[in-house]
Amino acid sequence: MDLGEINPVLLVASLMVAATPLLLAAIGELVVEKAGVLNLGVEGMMIVGAISGFAISVETGSPWLGFIAAAIGGAVLSLLFVLLTQFALANQVASGLALTLFGLGFSALMGQSYVGVKPPSMGDIHIPLLSDIPVIGPILFQHDPILYLGIALVAAVWATLKYTRVGLILRAVGENHDAAHALGYKVIKIRILAILFGGACAGLGGAYISLIRVPQWTEGMTAGVGWIALALVVFASWKPWRALLGAYLFGGITVLQLNLQAAGVAIPVEYLAMSPYIITILVLVILSADKSSAPASLGRTFHASH
Amino acid sequence: MTTPLLSLQGLTKAYPGVVANDQVSFDIGEGEVHALLGENGAGKSTLVKMIYGLVKPDSGTMLLRGQAFAPPEPRAARADGIAMVFQHFSLFDALNVAENIALGMENPPAMGDLAARIREVSETYGLPLDPYRTVGDLSAGERQRVEIIRCLLQDPKLLIMDEPTSVLTPQEVDILFETLNKLRSEGTSILYISHKLEEIRTLCDHATILRLGKNVGECVPAETSARDMAEMMVGSTLQTPERSGREFGEVALDVSGLSVPSPSEFGTALKNVHMTVRKGEVLGVGGVAGNGQDELLGVLSGEITTAPDAIKFNGQPIGKLGPTARRKLGVLTAPEERLGHAAAPDMSLTENALLTGSVREGLENNGFLKWAETKSFAEKIISAFDVRTPGPENAARSLSGGNLQKFVIGREVLQNPDVLVVNQPTWGVDAAAAASIRQAILDLAAKGTAVICISQDLDELMEISDSFAALNEGRLSAPRTTTGLTVDEIGLMMGGAHGMEVAHV
Repeated sequence: MDLGEINPVLLVASLMVAATPLLLAAIGELVVEKAGVLNLGVEGMMIVGAISGFAISVETGSPWLGFIAAAIGGAVLSLLFVLLTQFALANQVASGLALTLFGLGFSALMGQSYVGVKPPSMGDIHIPLLSDIPVIGPILFQHDPILYLGIALVAAVWATLKYTRVGLILRAVGENHDAAHALGYKVIKIRILAILFGGACAGLGGAYISLIRVPQWTEGMTAGVGWIALALVVFASWKPWRALLGAYLFGGITVLQLNLQAAGVAIPVEYLAMSPYIITILVLVILSADKSSAPASLGRTFHASH
Repeated sequence: MTTPLLSLQGLTKAYPGVVANDQVSFDIGEGEVHALLGENGAGKSTLVKMIYGLVKPDSGTMLLRGQAFAPPEPRAARADGIAMVFQHFSLFDALNVAENIALGMENPPAMGDLAARIREVSETYGLPLDPYRTVGDLSAGERQRVEIIRCLLQDPKLLIMDEPTSVLTPQEVDILFETLNKLRSEGTSILYISHKLEEIRTLCDHATILRLGKNVGECVPAETSARDMAEMMVGSTLQTPERSGREFGEVALDVSGLSVPSPSEFGTALKNVHMTVRKGEVLGVGGVAGNGQDELLGVLSGEITTAPDAIKFNGQPIGKLGPTARRKLGVLTAPEERLGHAAAPDMSLTENALLTGSVREGLENNGFLKWAETKSFAEKIISAFDVRTPGPENAARSLSGGNLQKFVIGREVLQNPDVLVVNQPTWGVDAAAAASIRQAILDLAAKGTAVICISQDLDELMEISDSFAALNEGRLSAPRTTTGLTVDEIGLMMGGAHGMEVAHV
């Protein structure tokens, strides 16, 4: 056992990478749930995003096009959820589960010829001056653009929900869809847009795994990150910055326990492997003890009855 | 003759199986307070939804100041100066007052400016309101102020108010009327929907009466008696329940020093509640909705358990017992919410009869259900209480509100309770059904049952109860004999005006 082998700078830098897929999926789902829709298909949308992004970037040689394709792929799959829940008024829980199962199977089919292929690399941005600062530079300022996009999205979602009219209407729809309808807001339209946004974010998160974090394609490679994202939204009390904190905490402990395993710490591997889940949930449960609750219309089917 | 502000001509709207509005025509003049009267289901709500652009009429036209007016959506109606205060408030509990108001406006100013305008308008009209409070924490009266101010900020030409006083104390009603009179003097027209006749007589200039979707007459309320208007609404003469003089027995239910927190986030905790009900007595519990009624029912039914001694039945402590144990002893309850609390909406009437009747009627045997006996119990309720349904195999959801209410009340009454607690027994029920439910409660009391009737309908409580107490923020006032109690006294028992003040100017 040699803890000295763990490089703290590399550790912190890689935790940000490990957290990004989770963060992207969670911030998308947060918006969906704020609009009052519970989409349990995050895992399915992520894996479809992962293979769409992977395939397109291999075919075109451009990781950028890959990420755009991933966002579109996730959004297209979420369109299926839209059809089921917003038009056919199907149960959201069942539809979400179906979406996940469908996405896992469909991605495996699409990805058959991509197993073992290496995708083009996106490359990191070295922000001038800032990236040269010792310690902080390598940790914060030498990452790929999508990681920064993730953080920017959190800030944008937070500001939109808090300060803009669009955000207020979105929260109103999630809080009381009958009242929002009575005031003349288009509940279904707003929810569709939110679901598509959630799908695009989940797709980006999936592609981040297949193009940057791993980078390769294997079946079922999202490995439950979508489910963690769902739990994260709840434990973060539907607050964007808390979702970021939770994602980084989870990513951090994941990376740390991998390093500890590599260093041969005398703790059984099983305990190390479960630690990210336990610690993230504990911290967020303690944080969410304040007065904050789910959007009141979450998961309820809206049907204009007039 | 001047052009009316809004003229409705032959408005018709049909839903599958029912014609909600049939050729309704009337005019609302400038600066007029126009009443729209009718029973539940007479089509009042559909009519105003058409004016507000929520529902499109099948045929007929509307003219606003002589111009054709057909709002495709509420936004368009608001742009033309029509504002509406909803019956069931269209507010968002988790948002604050200013955010709620911003949602009802087309082009709201920045939050800071909006808050200042809310303060200004609320002070002018005597409706004090803090823009930054969360709506879920407000009282019913305060929530209504939010809706009214939301309308006033848009300078409406026509203000539609759908049953505005059903949630207010008498003092709060007075303040609301001051505000409405001030609006009228400024030239705003008001369409006032209600079935409370005395209110309409004091406030309104003109009334249109709807029955079964048709305009059955118009009158000047100040010159028409309440009874005449009621008979126009109902279409027949009204029967008032009879109550025979009776002796009260010993104390059946004794509640003392009862304090419990509310199980729901926006609920009201009960604080040090004392009351006794004697055999044969009807205790009426009044108060504005949300002051602890649901909690009181929960505590008496056993859904919320308390210290054993806080509730005694015939001297025996029952505070710790759950609903089934209490039913066995003879303490029965019928909650307010018909679909979901008093009855399971998707289950048949037979199954619903079993749910509360199994203990006292012996409808199960070592865990096996006796369907034949259950079915005949359900049929007994249906025939005894004149429940209009094809048969006991129909789902509870398929019954109209009044019929289902007769069923859930009848189900408890037929189990011969020693104590019966009912919450809002005639809420949303037409006048004839309400009268028969009240009569059933009185008949039960005459046989020696102690009855607690929780209701927001003061007329109902005055009609059936022997003593009256009011809930206010979870506290119960000392019960008083109903005879000789005045409306002012009742209002004070209900907590007065909750810190409201009358309009300045």
